[in-house]
Amino acid sequence: MPNPAQHAKVENRHLLSGNEAVARAAWEAGARVAAAYPGTPATEILENIARYPDIYSEWSVNEKVAVEVAIGASLAGSRALAAMKHVGMNVASDAFMTQALAGVVGGLVIVVADDVGLSSSQNEQDSRYWGRFGHMPILEPADSQEAYEMVKAAFEISEVHEVPVIVRMTTRVCHVKAMVSFAGERIEHPAPGFQKNPQRWVMTPANAKPRLPLMHQRDQTLRAAAEASDLNRVLTGTDRRLGFITSGAAFMHVRESFPNAPVLKLGFSHPLPLEQVRAFAASVDTLVVVEETEPLIETELRAAGIVTRGKDLLPRFGELAPNVLRPALKPLLGEPVAIPMLAQTGVFPRPPTMCASCPHLGPYFALSHIRNLNIVGDIGCYTLGAGHPWNALDTCTCMGASLSMAHGMDKGRGTSDEKKHLVAVIGDSTFLHMGMQGLLNMIYNRGNVTVLLLDNRSVGMTGGQENPGTGLDLHGVEAPRVDFVKLVEALGVRPERVRTVDPYQLPNVVKLVREEIKMNEPSVIITDRPCSLTDRFERFKPYTVIDEQCTGCGNCIDLGCPAIFVDRRETAPTKSGKTKELTFARIDSSACTGCHMCVETCAPLAIVQLTAPPQPAAQPIQVHRHAH
Amino acid sequence: MRTNRDPDAVTNILVVGIGGQGVMTAAEMLARAALTQGYDVKKTEVAGMAQRGGIVSSHVRFGPRVYSPQIEPGEADLLIGFEAAEALRWWPHLRPNGVAMVNTLRIAPPIVSAGIYDYPADPLATLVATGLEVHAFDAGALAEALGNPKMVNTIMLGAISDYLPFPAEMLKACIVDGFRVHKPALAEINARAFEAGRAAGHERTHNAD
Ligand SMILES: Cc1ncc(C[n+]2csc(CCOP(=O)(O)OP(=O)(O)O)c2C)c(N)n1
Ligand code: SF4
Ligand code: SF4
Repeated sequence: MPNPAQHAKVENRHLLSGNEAVARAAWEAGARVAAAYPGTPATEILENIARYPDIYSEWSVNEKVAVEVAIGASLAGSRALAAMKHVGMNVASDAFMTQALAGVVGGLVIVVADDVGLSSSQNEQDSRYWGRFGHMPILEPADSQEAYEMVKAAFEISEVHEVPVIVRMTTRVCHVKAMVSFAGERIEHPAPGFQKNPQRWVMTPANAKPRLPLMHQRDQTLRAAAEASDLNRVLTGTDRRLGFITSGAAFMHVRESFPNAPVLKLGFSHPLPLEQVRAFAASVDTLVVVEETEPLIETELRAAGIVTRGKDLLPRFGELAPNVLRPALKPLLGEPVAIPMLAQTGVFPRPPTMCASCPHLGPYFALSHIRNLNIVGDIGCYTLGAGHPWNALDTCTCMGASLSMAHGMDKGRGTSDEKKHLVAVIGDSTFLHMGMQGLLNMIYNRGNVTVLLLDNRSVGMTGGQENPGTGLDLHGVEAPRVDFVKLVEALGVRPERVRTVDPYQLPNVVKLVREEIKMNEPSVIITDRPCSLTDRFERFKPYTVIDEQCTGCGNCIDLGCPAIFVDRRETAPTKSGKTKELTFARIDSSACTGCHMCVETCAPLAIVQLTAPPQPAAQPIQVHRHAH
Repeated sequence: MRTNRDPDAVTNILVVGIGGQGVMTAAEMLARAALTQGYDVKKTEVAGMAQRGGIVSSHVRFGPRVYSPQIEPGEADLLIGFEAAEALRWWPHLRPNGVAMVNTLRIAPPIVSAGIYDYPADPLATLVATGLEVHAFDAGALAEALGNPKMVNTIMLGAISDYLPFPAEMLKACIVDGFRVHKPALAEINARAFEAGRAAGHERTHNAD
């Protein structure tokens, strides 16, 4: 674990990411419990909170569990925080939609990170809808300093109004490092303990009903609090032709693009401080709402009869960076701006690839060589199997969907599916997050899907976090490790149909998948090699290709290991007088980890272990170097 | 320090390369050095799923007050390219009078190796032909000559150190002191790597006529 004092700092000016600032604020605010499930761009919030021993912190198995853990702590009187990426909010919603009705005791803060710009997610959504849906206030920091201040404020608001508070971050707040000045002290908030009160905490219809008017009353009190809050402020400007109402990271882009324009900056953006908005609107010629991503504030303004511009000019998706704002809004000032056209450089794309010796390579080699499969996928590094060279993943929707969607695709077979076998591919962390239910459902309803459970003992996609399948907890301390074989058997898979396999033994993997897809009942094939980027991974002596022995068959290239390259292509006549393409391979031994997988694809035995150790790599994925 | 710039101006440095090359570490070093100079600093990445061989670009902005963390197209003062094709990809982000500092290393991704796309024949010549000020050298070879291939990062920082609005020594001190605290055994070689890069970075690259 990194040392909390290790970040750059000069006289209480600390260079912190938004995520680090949230952690710092939670600690200073006296939070006692924090829970999360990893997800970009929110992952580092819990990783940083874990550095503070005063806070009990855990990786929960999914976001709903994380929020429920935080709710429990709050009812015991502790300040508590749950963090997640935007889609995690959807998973957690069942818990907070009702708790918002019942209320909280210890301050309860839900930090949600929207991936505006869609850099590493399956969708782009505006999680501020959840605040409106669930009657919870929303704070929207614009940078690290505000993330720090607003998380502290969120605990206060939560306790005063007995409501969970949403702090809505975006990628451009979570992952931007900026200056933060902080108090430096933790103020303890001892927990008084759970006070039994069934009318309040047992949400039966009879108990929930009286809460409804209270919740609506609370909305009004919160609106008054927003009107009075110094998290909402006006920045005066000399050029009143345009006036902006903005929140979150968009504020920075507005300030950058229109430095002289007045701005009403909404930090406490829901419930909307309508009186402040009206006063501000009256003070400028043309009002423009700039918000990422959906027009939530704007719609409320329009409903209140306030004339404004906004999404009629601005996109409803993606970041509202200056190069988007200027060309869209400058014409309002009679200053047309050409949409910046970036010169075309024609450089090839670089899609992400799996790592050298990734344990997912073997199963994908198998899947790409077996015909008549519908391969229903899930979310993790193995989603990359949809790409080159495997092209062996047909769907990816949300975490845990592979098993249930495959089951549905089986039950809903159409004419072209007649001969198709259904395969679901899922990782260990995703299986434990939300995949298990799909398996139980499939067993109960007598479905027939072959499940590949790729257990790499890691949450690989988000950077190698721990989960109940890895044997370690958030703090790197030994933890009970789930036994996947026993687990899937307990869910009802027949022991004969639970097969474990070393994913590096390609012939075995291919054979097993071929066998299991023929069965008339669900099977689970479990792989057992760790992610190559974790400490559990063992490196061996690297391999190389003996050029004279390579026949150009190109089989090893199909594996998709990024340490294997096409050296050259040639055409050669076949016996029947046609020509065939030959692809000669080369291994970058400095990137090879010696997993031995590719050796199994090479009939002429041209791939051999290096005897002399290779030169250490200057760059881990270096290919070749040209001096110019 | 090489230009007399407006004291209110924000300096924009774009560091680009491929996941795993140390792009973000280099950007972090620059941000820390700027912090010690009393600037307001912002640093941001667009890394996506970068650890798996994707494109990484890291934006460092510093000045009296910095709002947006992103460098707009055509606004970068300095482009540090850890790989030749990546430098070519990002050159439109440079100002017309900006400087590109490029490691001549070439890394072809699997889709190029597989023949689906081509690696540009001569990315540096194309870059120089844009008329921008390009400084290109083989940082890997320099690192190997120093006896530690991991020095590429420090070499690249040394190379741009004379193009910053604050003295090169400040950046050097930041890097070397960091090593003194955390990995003292590497402080000396990093100091040498910095100077080697600094010398290499002075030479402007021209195309043969
Ligand atoms: C609801 C939700 N939470 C979190 C994420 C972020 N996320 C994407 S994949 C993944 C887990 C991947 O782990 P695993 O299934 O073990 O596969 P691996 O990447 O290790 O191959 C996570 C947490 C998400 N996409 N959706
Ligand atoms: S991070 Fe791990 S699981 Fe993901 S591609 Fe790399 S080796 Fe595979
Ligand atoms: S042995 Fe083959 S498959 Fe394994 S890392 Fe080396 S090149 Fe890749």
